[in-house]
Amino acid sequence: MKPFAYHQPDQIPDAAKLLTSIEDSKLVAGGMTLIPTLKQRLASPVALVDLSKLGNLKGITDDGATITIGAMTPHAVVAASKLVQTRIPALAALASMIGDPAVRSRGTIGGSVANNDPAADYPAGVLGLGATIVTSMREIAADKFFLGLFETALEPGEIITAVRLPVPLKAGYAKFKAPASRYALVGVFVAKFADGVRVAVTGAGPGVFRVPPMEAALSANFDPSAIAAIRIDTDGLTSDIHAEADYRAHLVTVMAKRAVDAALS
Amino acid sequence: MGNVIGIGAAPKRKEDQRFLTGRGNYVSDIKRPGMTAGVFVRSPHGHAMLRGIDKTAALAAPGVIAVLTGDDVAADGLGSLPCGWGITDAKGVPMKEPPFPMLAQNKVRFVGDMVAVVIAETPEQANAAAELLEVNYEVLPSVVGVLEAIRPDAPQLFDDVPNNICCDWELGDKAAVEAAFKKAAHVAKLSLVNNRLIGNPMEPRAAIAEYEPGTDRFTLWTTSQFPHVVRFLMGALVLNIPQHKLRVVAPDVGGGFGVKQFHYGEEAVITWAAKRVRRPVKWVASRSEGYVSDRHGRDHVTEAELALDETGKFLAFRVNTLANMGGYLSTFGPNIPTNLYGPLLGGVYTTPAIYCNVKVVFTNTVPVDAYRGAGRPEATFVLERIVDVAAAEMGIDRVEIRRRNMIPKEAYPYQTPVLVQYDSGDPMGCLDGALVAADVKNFGIRKAASASKGKFRGLGYSTYVEACGLAPSRFAGRLGARGGLYESATVRVHPTGQVTVMIGTHNHGQGHETTFAQIVSDKLGVAFENVDIVFGDTDRVQFGMGTYGSRSLVVGGAALSKATDKVIAKGKKIASHLLEAAEVDIQFESGKFSVAGTDRSKTFEEIAGAAYVPHNYPLEVLEPGLEEQAYYDPVNFTYPGGCHIAEVEVDPETGTVTLVNYTAVDDVGTVINPMIVEGQLHGGIVQGVGQALFENAVYDEGSGQLLSGSLMDYCMPRADHLPMMKVATHSTLCTHTPMGVKGCGEVGTIGSPAAVINAVVDALSHLGVTHVDMPATPNRIWRLLQNASLPVAAE
Ligand SMILES: Cc1cc2nc3c(=O)[nH]c(=O)nc-3n(C[C@H](O)[C@H](O)[C@H](O)COP(=O)(O)OP(=O)(O)OC[C@H]3O[C@@H](n4cnc5c(N)ncnc54)[C@H](O)[C@@H]3O)c2cc1C
Repeated sequence: MKPFAYHQPDQIPDAAKLLTSIEDSKLVAGGMTLIPTLKQRLASPVALVDLSKLGNLKGITDDGATITIGAMTPHAVVAASKLVQTRIPALAALASMIGDPAVRSRGTIGGSVANNDPAADYPAGVLGLGATIVTSMREIAADKFFLGLFETALEPGEIITAVRLPVPLKAGYAKFKAPASRYALVGVFVAKFADGVRVAVTGAGPGVFRVPPMEAALSANFDPSAIAAIRIDTDGLTSDIHAEADYRAHLVTVMAKRAVDAALS
Repeated sequence: MGNVIGIGAAPKRKEDQRFLTGRGNYVSDIKRPGMTAGVFVRSPHGHAMLRGIDKTAALAAPGVIAVLTGDDVAADGLGSLPCGWGITDAKGVPMKEPPFPMLAQNKVRFVGDMVAVVIAETPEQANAAAELLEVNYEVLPSVVGVLEAIRPDAPQLFDDVPNNICCDWELGDKAAVEAAFKKAAHVAKLSLVNNRLIGNPMEPRAAIAEYEPGTDRFTLWTTSQFPHVVRFLMGALVLNIPQHKLRVVAPDVGGGFGVKQFHYGEEAVITWAAKRVRRPVKWVASRSEGYVSDRHGRDHVTEAELALDETGKFLAFRVNTLANMGGYLSTFGPNIPTNLYGPLLGGVYTTPAIYCNVKVVFTNTVPVDAYRGAGRPEATFVLERIVDVAAAEMGIDRVEIRRRNMIPKEAYPYQTPVLVQYDSGDPMGCLDGALVAADVKNFGIRKAASASKGKFRGLGYSTYVEACGLAPSRFAGRLGARGGLYESATVRVHPTGQVTVMIGTHNHGQGHETTFAQIVSDKLGVAFENVDIVFGDTDRVQFGMGTYGSRSLVVGGAALSKATDKVIAKGKKIASHLLEAAEVDIQFESGKFSVAGTDRSKTFEEIAGAAYVPHNYPLEVLEPGLEEQAYYDPVNFTYPGGCHIAEVEVDPETGTVTLVNYTAVDDVGTVINPMIVEGQLHGGIVQGVGQALFENAVYDEGSGQLLSGSLMDYCMPRADHLPMMKVATHSTLCTHTPMGVKGCGEVGTIGSPAAVINAVVDALSHLGVTHVDMPATPNRIWRLLQNASLPVAAE
């Protein structure tokens, strides 16, 4: 790890100012992704701006048609939240499948969404539910937020403050864990709303994506059988030492069926 | 006063007091005054010429004390890292043995090959400076697979090793095997890969070296399984340090599995550097550094053929293997796929003729050496897989074909056609025990239950034997060992009767401090808590060969038993004087020397006291003191074995294999501490399951990059991968070790991969699947099912 300055502001504008005024500065939330890259000397910011002292970034609120999760809320809190478990049980289940207990107690929804790891779980939930990312500057729809491999719509100095998630009629998440890392080799989040079904896939490609043919089929008939024959194109899917693209494509269908099963159970 | 806790008891482990309370003392815990930090610069290329190193920027970086390269090593006239085994080919020609410089000279041969060491005041400064070292590489194509490496147009690692073949080794009667194949009613054939593994001990390697100018002595603290051997190899053959001027300490070591039983360049470099900079130097590997520098294991490509008569009797077995050695010969490297492989191909069967050819091949990968089981898991996998293949092809039940060929209990000692003679065993007894313990008779019910959920269930057997307790020195010498393989122990009885044992083996998780104390407590009648075991320090312990090859109890324990017997013998002489009786009339039992047929006796403590305060003592004929030493050189290997039965469930939709039941019935000879044996079996089995289902070191052909270079990509088995295991022992006593012990450290790893893969193949056999390579990952299984000859059940 290379030396860096450390700031712990208590106001969002101060944090944003530090970020824009110090070149090569970085936000740190749970540090579960950032600290390992510092240790391996893959990143060497000159300053870290710690979000942990900012007020109001932690916690979960029920807004009726939506629930709002503060950016600094750790995965373990979401997994154990009675509110999430009752309103969007699939999201609590998703949070409980991330990493291990240590990672879940430190890692945050804001960090996960901002990082947009192609194999992370939250992006599937956030896109699958059609959530809104609330930042220090504006509100961004999930469909406009995730821009591919570690890329998001965030501007320099922009801080995620919360994620607002519509409460679906039914939802399910099915994750096929990569054998070694236990990130998603393929994870599929399926959510049924009054106006249709959303299907979001993580792990299979360079970023989270939706599957319109499955959404259409499930909107017509919310049952695993409706999508059993839908195969997604292998073009653009990831091939690595754990799984080739055709296997990932196959798993998308299998996991989508299991996600629907989970939503129905 | 505590109690005697003897052989067969299961006390809690003595060493756990310090381990579980965070009071262990590992190399990285040690701090020396004035300590500096060493960081190695390693090749990022699999194969490249070194066209110059510019130290200027690195030397100018803050805190930097020295930057040393291969040129500095050469200028000091130091040796290269020695190989401890010299094997020969069929014509008696010695293996090709190119030098293994401790810092690369002219060329690098694997990603991770060491190019320089940077020594600075702090690890951060050393790391920062290491990034500034300018190394000019001329990159060459790499070759990482054995099949590719022996092609005529393959990149050549060494100018004088044509086709990258280190040695073309063979064993067995080739003509007899050919003749038997001509008569065979059936020939089973199998091609397989034994996947490359990375040991991943919990504690990464580390070392600290210090030079004391006042006495001209060096001390090296290192994460080693054999500190005396490091002292010998490094002092005598690499750095030219006289043995009495070099102390090597291996303190608490957090797991080894073989990875720490080699002499590594890092140790030698920092010891040499410590004298050059006149300050202690400390190096601690990161996990990532371990992946590209810890010696790897396995990595074979094999073609095997088994000849059978019409009743399924094995007539002959022929095996051709290409074994990957990596970029250089490591300490035991060439011995593993040859001497520890070929002689095991007889297994527990009466196969009369066996021939084995092994081509030992250099590639642009980390050097390959012993990893838990070392050669024997590879042999067992080939044999136990082909037995299943033959059974399936001939329509004979897999248990039945094993029974028809098994060595009956009465046939021991049994001479195999491949050098080794098994002294004892009862494979049929182990098999029968395991069949019951695994509830094989109700397997059909469980299989049907799985099928009703759309899953395929399979059962796999492995009836195996291994050779351990390394090793009879004379025998090993004939096979190419360049050192002895005896072990040593000193039993020091203190004037008050407590005992300190100095033993040449090394405890790095196996529980020796407990097991060895039980032996002493049992034999001397001394309280368990009054026995301490000292190891791992060449200044405190007499020369010993260390721990590997399941040898600690078998060879070290035998030395300890002998030394203890000498203490008793001397005690009898002292007692005979004190009790005024003839020595032959003195009996020793339960910690008491007594005169047979009388009530006159002396306690062990009284005898110890008399030995150290010799006022009333036969000084004319007996020296004072009560301390005895013994060296023990085994007369044969020991041959533990057993039967493992794995039960798996395959999800055809995703290809996931789940291990649902595991049963092992093993013959490990006398059990000193059943709890520790059970732990060794559990751990060994888990490592074998890891090889079968999860672990795989993958290199990129061409670039030589390690693609599975971290825990994110190299899958270690985890608790939730495993069912509760049923392990039991069915022991026959070893006929030549003093206590009848056989060793248990590696059996689990040796028996399990074949059991698991046989179960996977069984689960898929109705689809025409006849073999699955390891690791049986979901991706691989799914692909097999895509190509399977029968359609998978409709979704
Ligand atoms: C062993 C291990 C296993 C894991 N397994 C999984 C898994 O199975 N599934 C999974 O999804 N994830 C997994 N993770 C990742 C984990 O969920 C991380 O917690 C998460 O990706 C990042 O969250 P964090 O709070 O730790 O962010 P940090 O590491 O602190 O930050 C990550 C990045 O996001 C930026 N950032 C953080 N917060 C904000 C914000 N509020 N606004 C804008 N930018 C911000 C930071 O600047 C940084 O670039 C694993 C991590 C580890 C170490």
